[in-house]
This record gives sequence, C-alpha cells and structure tokens, in this order.
Amino acid sequence: MTATPSVLPDTHNRLNRETLVKWAPLLVLGVLLLLFPFFEWLEDFRAAKDHTYLVDSRFLSIRNFARIAISASPALMVAIGVTFIILMGSIDLSMEGTVSVCAVLFAFLFLGMGGTMGSWAILAIPGALIVGAAMGFINGLVHVKLKIPSFMASLAMGFVGTGLALLLTGGDRIRVEDEAFRSLLTVRWFNFPIMCYVALFGLLVAWFIQSRTTLGRNFYAVGGGEELAKASGLNVNRVRIMGFTLAGVFFAMGALLAVGRIGIAETATGNGFMFVSITAVVVGGTALWGGIGGVWNTLIGVLIVNVINNGMVVIGLPGWVQDGTLGLLVIAAVVLSTDRRAVSFVK
Amino acid sequence: MYELQQVDKHFPGVHALKAIDFKIGRGEIVGLVGENGAGKSTLMKVIYGAYQPDGGTIAVDGKAVRFHNPRQAMDYGIGMVFQEQSLITNLTVAENIFLGFEQQFVKWGVINWKEMTAAARAQLAKVKLDIDPSMITAKLSFAQRQLVELAKVLTLEERVDGDLVILLDEPTSVLAREEVELLFQLVRDLTSRASFIFVSHRMDEVLELSDRIYVMKDGEVVDVVAQREAQVETIQHKMVGRDIDKEYYREQKQLDYERTDPLVSFNNVSRAGGFEDISFDLHPGEVLCLVGTEGSGREAILRTVFGMDAPTSGTVTIKGRQVTRFTAQNGVANGIGYVPRERKIEGIVNGMNVYENMTLSQMDKYASNGVLRIGEEKALARDWIAKLGIKTPSEFKDCAGLSGGNQQKVVLAKWRSGGSDIILLDHPTRGLDIGAKEDVYEMVRAMSADGVGIILVADTLEEAIGLSHSIIVLKDGQFQQRFEGMPGSKPTLFDLVHHMI
Repeated sequence: MTATPSVLPDTHNRLNRETLVKWAPLLVLGVLLLLFPFFEWLEDFRAAKDHTYLVDSRFLSIRNFARIAISASPALMVAIGVTFIILMGSIDLSMEGTVSVCAVLFAFLFLGMGGTMGSWAILAIPGALIVGAAMGFINGLVHVKLKIPSFMASLAMGFVGTGLALLLTGGDRIRVEDEAFRSLLTVRWFNFPIMCYVALFGLLVAWFIQSRTTLGRNFYAVGGGEELAKASGLNVNRVRIMGFTLAGVFFAMGALLAVGRIGIAETATGNGFMFVSITAVVVGGTALWGGIGGVWNTLIGVLIVNVINNGMVVIGLPGWVQDGTLGLLVIAAVVLSTDRRAVSFVK
Repeated sequence: MYELQQVDKHFPGVHALKAIDFKIGRGEIVGLVGENGAGKSTLMKVIYGAYQPDGGTIAVDGKAVRFHNPRQAMDYGIGMVFQEQSLITNLTVAENIFLGFEQQFVKWGVINWKEMTAAARAQLAKVKLDIDPSMITAKLSFAQRQLVELAKVLTLEERVDGDLVILLDEPTSVLAREEVELLFQLVRDLTSRASFIFVSHRMDEVLELSDRIYVMKDGEVVDVVAQREAQVETIQHKMVGRDIDKEYYREQKQLDYERTDPLVSFNNVSRAGGFEDISFDLHPGEVLCLVGTEGSGREAILRTVFGMDAPTSGTVTIKGRQVTRFTAQNGVANGIGYVPRERKIEGIVNGMNVYENMTLSQMDKYASNGVLRIGEEKALARDWIAKLGIKTPSEFKDCAGLSGGNQQKVVLAKWRSGGSDIILLDHPTRGLDIGAKEDVYEMVRAMSADGVGIILVADTLEEAIGLSHSIIVLKDGQFQQRFEGMPGSKPTLFDLVHHMI
C-alpha cells in the first residue's frame, strides 16, 4: 500500500489548542495590564503608603496610556508593513534602513519646499511614501528576480538604506520644527495626540487591504500554499513584489510618525524598529511560516511590546531586563504557535 | 532463514497486509510483484523494520524476533536499498557508506578519515565499483549511486554474524539496459553472501533474476511461482484478476462525445525527462485516461497541458490556438482546471475558508479595482455547496477542517464555477472512502455531460477503465497503445497491464 499510516488528529485537543493560540496574545496583554499596577501596589504596600490597587496606579492612567500610544504608533506602522510579508511566509528586515531613508528624504523635501505644511512642502508627505514604496519595490525585485532569500535580500537592502541615509545627512540631525507638522504630537484629541489617530487610520487601511482586496487575499494564498497559488494561476512573483512595495509604504508611514514624534530626522531614526516590529508581529500570533494572523494580531503585539517597555520603566526596572523579557516572550510565542507534531525539523 | 508467518497490518480504514506468509532461504533471490497499492511497499517496510506488524510472527533462523526500527533489523542482517536514492549528495561516498556508524573510526573524538576511506574502498570493491571514496556523492551517476547504496548495505556483513537479507526496491528504474545487466550479474555473484528480495514493476527483469516470485494483490500473496514455471501472462492475470462493477463507475451515465473541434491537441510533444513524442486529442465531453506505472510520464503530461511545464518539442494546441507561453496563469486563462494529487499541497489552501478557496483562481471576476466583492463570493460558494452537496457547516468553514471528499468537491467547484471546460484530474479519488469516490465519479459524469473534456490519471486500473472514453497506455514516457472504452467495448485489465509492464 502506498497509503501511509495517518495519525488522526485529536480534534478535541486541537480545538482547545487553536482557541488558546488565537486568544493568547489578548490574554497576555490583559495580564500585563493587571500585573504592572500590582507591582506598584506591592511597592507602596512595603513602604506602608496608602494605595488602592488599580485606582491609584500611575501605570493605569490615561496620561500613561497616551504615552504608550505615542511610542506604539510609529512601531505599529512598521509592524503592519512587515505583517504582510510574514503572512506570505517571507520576512522583511529592511525596515531600519527604509525608515531612515524615508525620514531623511522627507525632511530634506519638506525643508527644501518651504518648511511649512501650508506650502508645497506638504508634498513631502506623499513624497516620503513614494520613496518607501520604491525601496520596497527594489527589495522585492532583488528577492524575486535574483532569487535571493527574502531575509537576506531585505537585510542587505536595509544596510544600503542606512548607508544612504548617512550619506545624505553626513551624520547630521535635521530638525523639522514646523508647528503644523509637529501638531502630530502636540495637538491632542480626547487626551491622545493626532499621530495616534493617524496610526489608527493606517491600521484600518491595512485591515481593508488584508480582508477586502485581491492583494490581501493573495498574501494569505501565497503564505498558505505557494504551490497551490501557482496552480490556481496566481502570479506569485508579482504578489511578492507588491507585498514588499506595500510594506515599504507602511515603513514610510512609520518614518513620518517617528519624525513627527521627536521633530528630528537622522540616520538613527530607524534604529530599533527591526526588533520591535518583528517581535510585535510574532508575539501578536502571526505565524512565521505564513498564512495565519493579520494586522489586528499585530496591533495586540505592538501593544504588548510597548506596555512591557513602559511598565518596566514605571516600576523601575533597567533596560536590559526589558530586552531580555521581550526575547523570552518571542520564544514563548513561537513555541505556543508552532504545532510541533506537524513540523519534522527546522533549519 | 527469514520468515514471515500470518503477518497482518492495518492502517486506519485499510487492511494493508492480510495474513502474509513469506520466506526466503540462504542465497536465494525472491521477486515481489503487484499493482500499485497491492501492499508491496508495506510488506517491505515490515521486513526491514520500518513498520511493526499488528499480527503474526517474524522469525530469523527459526527464532521469533520483533524490530522496533530499521536499525534493529540491521542488527539481524536485514538491509534495504532504497528506490529513492537515500544518499546525502553533499557528503563524500565514504561518509555516506558509514553514515550513522562512524564510531568505529573514532579515536579521541576525532574521525580517522584514512581508515574510513580504506574501509569504504573495501566495501566498494564488493560491488566492483572503482571510484575514489572521498569523492562528493553528487558527482556520481545514478547507476554508481545505486551501487554505493548497495555497498552501504553490504557493510552489514562485517557488523553482523549470520546471513544477510537485502531488499532491492525498484533498483533498475533509473538504470540503462547495460547497467541493469551489470547490477544483475553483481547480485547473482553476491548470493554467496546474501539473499535478495527484488521488487520491480518490470516483469521481465523480475523473471530474469528471481528464483521464486511472490505475486501480491489487495494485501494478500495470491501466488508463489518458481522461476522455471513462471510466465508473464499468468502472473499478470493473478495481479489484476477481478471484475469491474459497472454500477460503481456510473457506466450507464457515460455518453458519447463529439469527435470534432478538439479542446486540447498534442502533436508529437516531448519533454526531456518526462515523456516522448506523445500525440492525442481531447474532445468536449470526453474522458481521456492516461495509464501507466509511477514515473511513466502521466503527471508530466498533465503538467504540460496545464502549462506548469513547457515541452521541449512538439506543439500543444488548446481550443484551436497554439500555446506559446507555458505558465499556469495562461492555462487558467485558457479554461483549464487542475486537480492535483496532493490535495493538501496543491489542492486547497489550509487556513482559507470555503469561499476563499473557491474563488482563488478567479479573484479578478469578483473584484473591482482590486477590491473584492465578498458578498458575491459568498453567494457563489453557497450555490456550489448546494449543487455538489458539499458537507460544510457554512461557507466560512476553514477548508482544512473538511473531509477529503468535501475538499475535493471544493477544488472541483473552484474550477467549474470559473467556467473551466478542460479539467485535469490527478488521482482524484486517492485517500477517499467509497462513498466519496462515488461522488467524484458522479461529478465526472456530470462534467462530461456538460461538454467538459477531462484528462484523468486514475488511482486504479479499474477506475481508469470504468470512467474513460479513451485510454492511452504509457511506459517509461513512451506511447504504448490506445484503447477505446465506450460501454460494452471496454478493454480488460489484462489488456492494459500487458502494455504497462
């Protein structure tokens, strides 16, 4: 017989597991939101201060949530970009370089064309998005046409981007001090600065692309079964290139928000985005081999990462503990989301 | 010296081996033949320890034994030469020969390469292969690799006291005629040291080499023939001998087809490494069946029709227009639907739901400027769920959770709803239970009645005969014979087997 012995899946067990994997990120976020106030309470309790759990928490305040949202907004845009790529089963590591280039070129364009939002300088915003798209497009071409694994192609493109940004700035910082542009941070609606709403808008656009467009469906098809996608007549290479291009646009969005947040564009603007965004996507529950997950998972992931960073500062733990914790969290997330019975070996 | 008594093996839903008695004496060469799915592979796996039988006993030199893995079987001198080359091509020949048994050459944690190379050379001498053992395996020809595999198994001689039993699984499939001769000569010479079990679908070779031949059918040994009494025809009859149930294949619903305006025409088409000089026409309403053993070129032809592979010569014409660009996209655009053998890999996307899978090949029809009209997609899915009786709670169900038969229906609905009128079916009933198979047959008949042309690679010969209007028999990529198969004048299994092997 050619029929191999198939071990029938234990449906009951599997159901539990799937439900757990699906809701685990949200559960983690909830636990974190209760955990940090608990540490605050513990500290005050030891010092015999008056402290009602949750109510007197500095962590659990609108003010602090706004702080978390501000730091999460640029990261969310970058993480959404890379979510599309990971959904296809590839990976994009070019975000740091792309963000730097987009930030720097945006600053040059903006200042060169007037320096205020009221002038032509506003065109620097679409300009930056186009630069991001172009970098992503090249990235995709290199990956698909030269048949270089996506992680290598994008990593290399990221270095090219960082180098390019340094070449353009000569190591200088470029200040973008236009009030209208800085209103991304300075003007608040319902306690949250405008940049948070821009990020929310970006998220909704990404959700629309993911669930309502052929491109979004194609991402899932390529990630879920590339051979099948080909056999169904999809142009897989085109989907990949468009995916990287789209990711580039979201990286550029991240760059704009990053510049809006600190008012400075420099080579270092992109620093740290790789770890934060990949961690966020994975912790959010999007599978590294593609096909499962999406932008809402990424939102939860970005929030988890930023809540941990913020909470640890609030309770006064050093930075290396934060990185270590996030690293462990990534391992835990992948362990949880991998069905090890289905994976024979991993290279 | 090696004996199986009343060995049984079950898999979920399949009784793969039924009370098998098998024995092999010292220095004997035993042949093993049977159709695809007769149980040869399972029997081999039981013999070399990859499977454990559910019932019966295995005895070596009269002592009952039980192997939990191939390594334990090796300790009793039972080795396997694999059909798919099991050598690791980026390692050297010597490393491959002693893979997993390097310990004998290790001193102080370091491998003594000189010693290993010398030992490897001694092994290669047994199979009369004069090559440098420190060569990278990738540089060897297939014939040489086959001999290295044999040499690797022969290392058992030094490790095991007692006699060897060596299984050869289709060892000749990649060899040229003269290489086969050399291999056979070698095997005969080696009978002084080992017994051989020889599995091949080439009947003439089995007859030439074996002292005795076991004939298997449906998990049973139906006959054991000694070489001098063996005749190709009687063995072939034994391998297939059963009647076809007309009801089962919906023969009463088989209609005649128009013999004009072919949908697909192959004109002396060849593809290097796949098939040679193949010509046929496929008409609307016709079921054309490609019959042959594994590797005879059936799948390669399907892939070429679809456009996934480009032919090296000849012309392919689809609906009167010669095909110049061979891509899957082009195939889909020409109205071709491909239902591949591996449903899980090429049939449905796991993690995508029913309606997403159904519109995968025709998304553009359900989108304006790249934005999907999901309402229409769902309506289509509901329509086809009702039409084909797909058992799913709703169109939102993840396809991975459907049964095999229902997955197959989703795949068929995908192509049919997109208006495909040329359907390529590769083992459409593989792994389905009987009820689901009948559903597939029902759909084949319904599609032909609608004027769809179908090229089928069937799971069994009965299925091929029962379903088809025309049958093309292939062997090693070559056209052998064409049969017409209208109800009442269908070829017999024996007619086909005769040309297949």
